[in-house]
Amino acid sequence: MMHLNPGDCHVFEAGGRRFLYLAPSAAVMAADEVSGAVLDLLREQPRAADDIVSLLGPRFGPADVAETVDELVRARAVTRVDEPARRVPKIVPLTPMPLSTMVMNVTNQCNLSCSYCYEYGEDKIVQTENGRQPKWMSEETARASVDLLLRESGTSAHITFFGGETLLNFKVLQTAVAYAKTRAAELGKTVDFSLTTNATLLKPEVIEFLAGHDFGVTISIDGPADVQNRFRVFHNGAGSYALIEPKIKALLARHRSRPIGARVTLTRETLQVRRIYDHLTHEMGFCEVGFAPVTSAPGRPHAFGEDGFDEVLAQFRDLARDYRDAALEGRQHGFSNVRETLGEIHRGASKAWPCGAGFGLLGVSTAGDVNLCHRFAGSDDHRLGTVRDGIDRERQRAFLDAHHVANKTDCATCWARPLCAGGCYHEAHTRHGSTTRPNLHYCDWIRGWTETCLQIYGEISEVNPAFLRQFDGASHEAPQAT
Amino acid sequence: MKHLKPLNEKAHRLERALEPDPGAQPPGAASPDVPERDVVGLALQQPQGPHIPLGCSTIFSPGWEVDRTGGTAGLCQPVERDLFDCHLGCFWPAQVPDQLNHAPDWVKKCAAAQKDWRNIDVIFP
Repeated sequence: MMHLNPGDCHVFEAGGRRFLYLAPSAAVMAADEVSGAVLDLLREQPRAADDIVSLLGPRFGPADVAETVDELVRARAVTRVDEPARRVPKIVPLTPMPLSTMVMNVTNQCNLSCSYCYEYGEDKIVQTENGRQPKWMSEETARASVDLLLRESGTSAHITFFGGETLLNFKVLQTAVAYAKTRAAELGKTVDFSLTTNATLLKPEVIEFLAGHDFGVTISIDGPADVQNRFRVFHNGAGSYALIEPKIKALLARHRSRPIGARVTLTRETLQVRRIYDHLTHEMGFCEVGFAPVTSAPGRPHAFGEDGFDEVLAQFRDLARDYRDAALEGRQHGFSNVRETLGEIHRGASKAWPCGAGFGLLGVSTAGDVNLCHRFAGSDDHRLGTVRDGIDRERQRAFLDAHHVANKTDCATCWARPLCAGGCYHEAHTRHGSTTRPNLHYCDWIRGWTETCLQIYGEISEVNPAFLRQFDGASHEAPQAT
Repeated sequence: MKHLKPLNEKAHRLERALEPDPGAQPPGAASPDVPERDVVGLALQQPQGPHIPLGCSTIFSPGWEVDRTGGTAGLCQPVERDLFDCHLGCFWPAQVPDQLNHAPDWVKKCAAAQKDWRNIDVIFP
């Protein structure tokens, strides 16, 4: 009699009930009492199906137990012990996927001097100061970028403006928007826009422009004055909080057609998730706040050490409970890290690549080089073409082939791989020296966070499933550049 | 499924894949008694479960005999399939020159048939 053991799936509990997260399909299922008991037995040790039936038969009835075992085997939540592990299938599309998002680095100059910055700080990839890349993107390059995007996109396209400080090159941004709208109308496509800014240059006419063109706006801000001023400083060392606070409030008051998000960089020295969240929502007025641990080589003063991620996770979990409570009552909550993960869980995202970089999303440098994403803009090693000559399909294919999750042997047995797929290329490059490496330094954190969001998902689906309808269908909200 | 309740969109799709709608007619089934099979050509004579079918009607390599116009200019399979399909997938021996040895220089000219088949040229037995 062949023995069975738990398959490629993660069993988690929420609200007193047991759930399954199946890899690689990313299906979430609720287990009933019988299937929960079967899984419990198999977690102790491998057992034959007949043994399971005789052990649980008196409690649930032999027929029900046998039926449950059969269901679990068919769903691959349970597999035979002698069954060879299935390799992660590797499928690289033969024809190019349509481009959906282009991140245009309209400048690499910045009026702030944040010491953790990945573009200017100690971990920078490209020589931005006096390098080959021009400081400003020209109007001609911006137009060529728009042309490339609209040539390679499907019916809808998205442009994200990025920097440096994006608004330092407001002039080219404006012409790019006008040109993109005209060209898109001629081609019968739709185009929309977003930008990321440090808020220092949000003058009334800029706010008017952003609201008028329905921009999605992400503000890089770290929290209340003492937190913001710790790293986000001007070149002379002065903090930026006092300058940006009224400007952000003015933007939030005027631009109400799309939610404006705050994007917080968490460092070892400013790890106060709840305080930052409360300040940015209640006092500043943001609807959504997203947090990201700083990308940094190990050993930097702001970098998280081994145990730092545990603390980040604990604080995230604390705030995530608020999200759950709100959702159970049908209210929205602004902790966007939970919202984004719930959306992916709801759709059952199972990723072959960690993100759309080099695929549906490309970054353009000030010179017009096409790179994986904005974080690699201008890096010769990560170039996939130019806006004038188009995307180098051979390089793109080689990139996708080399970065497929099937290549990351460390990820092959991880249940969180459908959502993580090895994590951010830029983080891997900075921490481990190569974009092809999985981010092994934060596996526990990713699994812990995914588990938390799965639990929230399980609980909401039991108590208030109507809340999850907002995530229905393939929502292709354009990613925010961070 | 009775003991696992699908929650997210992927789980619903998985459930549909594992348990197709019982009311739906299986594709190709002649009557409700015939179990669902993708290919039902010889199903009535064959044992249940996975098996190696015999007979060329179960082997699908359409388009290697003639193209959609009845000619041979637009074959969808390379012509070398002509040499192997009947031999490997079926029992028909006549088109396998290396075994029947109508091609005297087979070994010399066509060591790797998939690559060298053009060298065989016209054969006069």
